[in-house]
Amino acid sequence: MSVTTSVPEKAPAKPPRSLGDRLFSGVARAAGLTILAALAGVFIFLTIEGVPGLSQPTSTYAPNHDFLSYVGPLIYGTILAAVLALILAVPFALGIALFISHYAPRRLAVPVAYVIDLLAAVPSVVFGLWGARSLATYLVPLHEWLYAHLSWLPFFAGPPSVTGRTIFTAGIVLAIMILPIITAISREVFAQTPRLDQEAALALGATRWEMVRMAVFPYARSGMVSAIMLGLGRALGETMAVAMVLSASPIVTLNLISNTNPATVASNIASSFAEATPAKLHVLIATGLVLFAFTFAVNFAARWVVGRNDRRMSR
Amino acid sequence: MTSANLAPDLAASMRLSRPRLPRWAPVLALVLTVAAAGLPAMLLGWSVVGWLALALVLFLAALPGWAWAVEGGRSAVDRLMTALIWSAFGIAVIPLVWLIWTVVSQGASVISVEFLTYSMRNIVGSGGGIYHALIGTLLVTGAAAVISIPIGIFAAIYLVEYGKGTQLGRWITFLVDVMTGIPSIVAGLFALSLFVLLFGPQFRAGIGGAVALSLLMIPIVVRSTEEMLRLVPADLREASYALGVPKWRTISKVVLPTALGGIITGVTLAIARVIGETAPLLVVAGKTDSTNFNLFNERMSTLPVYIYYSFTQPGIAPPGVSDPPGIARAWGAALVLIVIVMVLNLLARVIGKIFAPKKG
Amino acid sequence: MKSTSIRRAIVPGIAVLTLALTGCGAGNEASGDSGSGLSGTLNGGGSSAQESAQAAWRAGYQSANSGVTVNYDPVGSGTGRENFISGAYMFAGSDSALSTDGGELDSAKKRCGGDVIEVPAYVSPIAVVYNLPGVDKLQLSSATIGDIFSGKVTKWNDPEIAKDNPGAKLPSTTITPVHRSDDSGTTANFTDYLEQTSGGTWKYPTDDTWPIKGGEAGEGTSGLVAAVKAGDGTIGYADDSQVGDLGVASIKVGSTYNAPSAEGAAKVLALSPKVTGRGADDMAIAVDRRTTEAGAYPLSLTSYLIACPTYSSKNDADMVKGFLSYAVSTKGQQAAATQAGSAPLDPSLQKQAASIVDKISAK
Repeated sequence: MSVTTSVPEKAPAKPPRSLGDRLFSGVARAAGLTILAALAGVFIFLTIEGVPGLSQPTSTYAPNHDFLSYVGPLIYGTILAAVLALILAVPFALGIALFISHYAPRRLAVPVAYVIDLLAAVPSVVFGLWGARSLATYLVPLHEWLYAHLSWLPFFAGPPSVTGRTIFTAGIVLAIMILPIITAISREVFAQTPRLDQEAALALGATRWEMVRMAVFPYARSGMVSAIMLGLGRALGETMAVAMVLSASPIVTLNLISNTNPATVASNIASSFAEATPAKLHVLIATGLVLFAFTFAVNFAARWVVGRNDRRMSR
Repeated sequence: MTSANLAPDLAASMRLSRPRLPRWAPVLALVLTVAAAGLPAMLLGWSVVGWLALALVLFLAALPGWAWAVEGGRSAVDRLMTALIWSAFGIAVIPLVWLIWTVVSQGASVISVEFLTYSMRNIVGSGGGIYHALIGTLLVTGAAAVISIPIGIFAAIYLVEYGKGTQLGRWITFLVDVMTGIPSIVAGLFALSLFVLLFGPQFRAGIGGAVALSLLMIPIVVRSTEEMLRLVPADLREASYALGVPKWRTISKVVLPTALGGIITGVTLAIARVIGETAPLLVVAGKTDSTNFNLFNERMSTLPVYIYYSFTQPGIAPPGVSDPPGIARAWGAALVLIVIVMVLNLLARVIGKIFAPKKG
Repeated sequence: MKSTSIRRAIVPGIAVLTLALTGCGAGNEASGDSGSGLSGTLNGGGSSAQESAQAAWRAGYQSANSGVTVNYDPVGSGTGRENFISGAYMFAGSDSALSTDGGELDSAKKRCGGDVIEVPAYVSPIAVVYNLPGVDKLQLSSATIGDIFSGKVTKWNDPEIAKDNPGAKLPSTTITPVHRSDDSGTTANFTDYLEQTSGGTWKYPTDDTWPIKGGEAGEGTSGLVAAVKAGDGTIGYADDSQVGDLGVASIKVGSTYNAPSAEGAAKVLALSPKVTGRGADDMAIAVDRRTTEAGAYPLSLTSYLIACPTYSSKNDADMVKGFLSYAVSTKGQQAAATQAGSAPLDPSLQKQAASIVDKISAK
């Protein structure tokens, strides 16, 4: 086999490949194709089942009147909850990941990493229960405080909910749910940073933070984005916890702390699915399709941003 | 990390650096700011939360400020970031520990031999257990893992090692991203309609649940594996090629073992993510009170479904008891579920240690 | 090589684990012979409100027929009816009878090859619950309840509420009405009650989905009860068996105020007319919410069991017949009352239901 430059895949002259090689690459390709097939299946299924949902009798969309007015508030709620969750979770998740990989004494880092991984396993039903019954009650004073001091911001226009079951609380619960995912992946990525780069930075007199910023972050960027996207994916698609925590209504509002909050697509599917008539089921699947398309767009945008960064870096 | 700890000592002994704060400076600053924040907190009658919040803000200002005065700007930024990272950890740990504590304290008293070895068949009121759901969860999640781990890892290998830059590779990357956004109930409905199409309308079985779960699991496995494989230095691959090792053996003996720790984390996360899914399992795998060992025939209860319905349909409380019997069973089942994942996690780490390349 | 030794250990390890798992059934599952000689699996599903009652019926029926496993998926009434029509379920539980305008009844008839059996099996009073410290006793007329939930009455000391509660000391707390955020039969029955009895002040349609935008909402009965408990000045509606220690309002029937009771709910059902234009074995009932009978409690949920009169296999027919017979028997109704807090059927309705179920046979 010829020794190639930095990208071995693009070897100019293809050496004769052994049976093992052909088999292995065949299996890998088949796995990729299986994913394609599975996704095509889901997409076709969603389209066939969902398209009739776009034009059902008006009463199906109650209390709204057509598909757009039905799905609009849901999409808005989904974005609002997910963005809130990301704003809250990302700094903490990256902070904890750095803490585990670079800052904490080893005796502390290992158990902390372990606890975080465990948290990913708590069923979302339990998150929902804890959020609705413990956390929400404790957050009521915070809601009142926000209303008292910041009610000039449209986000805190109030009146504050007396039960604390608001999109603000839902955002916090979602943030806690996605924290382990973002932390676990970014921690692995941070830990994989070449030791030499880090030591070189320190040897040049960099402080620890400068070392992290200049040696670790550039290396880990795509991994961090990947981790955040996975977290966002979960936040967008999370069903039970949001359904249980949120006091939901089909409306659009910027107000984060009142008892009238927009539902999310996934939580609405879960709430309405059980008693759905066939007509309503089509509508729900159509909202699923919209969520699907939306996640797709978000992921696409993120990939593009990362790709552009990578290209600029390699130049 | 050793080098990071070494640097200040070395610098101090050579006396080439600027003056530095003593080692105990952060502790002193912390004590002082907590005390300083206590004054207005006590005067204005704030709660403990308000006091600590003020102390944190003061500390984040005081320590970098002090460092800025003594050590200079760069060091102050470093101190600030260190303080921020420690406090991020401190703040985030509160809800995490609180949640786990809630589950453990509520669940521990429920767990008994009967709880673990009884099913809910013919149980009314209190008593009964989770045996049937435990078996169901292990079988369904196991089957989902068997389906999605090989597919996920091989797809990631394809993306990183073979399909880089090809049209197919780009498509798969793209679609895996899309897959992360499938709402779980939609995955369930898809699996249901697939199996109903193949086996008739009355089909409900554990395997359907496994298929629905794999749809949710595959993208997580692919994304995390892909990330880890990308991080394997090209030097390692090239060194292996230079020794005349064929590509597939390079991947299986050099690349995969190097990335194993990360891959295992990813797989564990993926399992943890799907093991608590309720909606798709209820739709496809159904619910039963009895134990069923056959993945391919008849309904199978799983722990999340069990937890969900124990909470939503808890029965009625016997007189003199505040909670209906279902609530306690639900907490117990949640604790068992967490312990299962903990054991899986430990197991995966041990296996990872054994297969990982020797370091040094 | 180290890896080989691991591999050597893993295979027997997995084998032992599988054996351990498959070797022993659950401690409480007897694999003895069946009392009746019946064996097989009976699958049904639908209304989640019935789930607790279904658990009681399952236990009772399976104890007598240990060869039979009864499964009930609490997937919701709509899905239950749909799966019954498609043939996925042998019987279904539903909070409302098969509807005629959506063609549901016709499709169900096609599935059964004849008339469909619908019998009421689970009747449960719905309680109007509230959380208002200092107020232990509350009386409300249906018009007032409607005005509270539609947001016209916003304070607990509103004259409209005071009128229903002469002499009571009501605080000026703001009222927070809590509704179900998920679609549910409870909401449908609650809105139906308001529509029929409020005398025109409640202007929303009867639906599984809460018809008003905005306001506090809770997921499921437990979520709603938790929300009412957590707030101050909250009011909601929930299945009477799940209200716990919350305050329960008495509602105005005729000129008296009645608290929710199983007898009251059963009484209303016995007085209500059957829906006309349906088969002889179809006991769909139009609940008369306007009744003024003493002791009646018209705010209730009636849930049906839906089955076919004939099944192609004798085993299936015997299982469905046996299970449904047990469910509507006095014993089964009593078991559900103890376990799920439901109202046992009135004797005349019970006899009628039992005789209908008794007709189930093989083709």
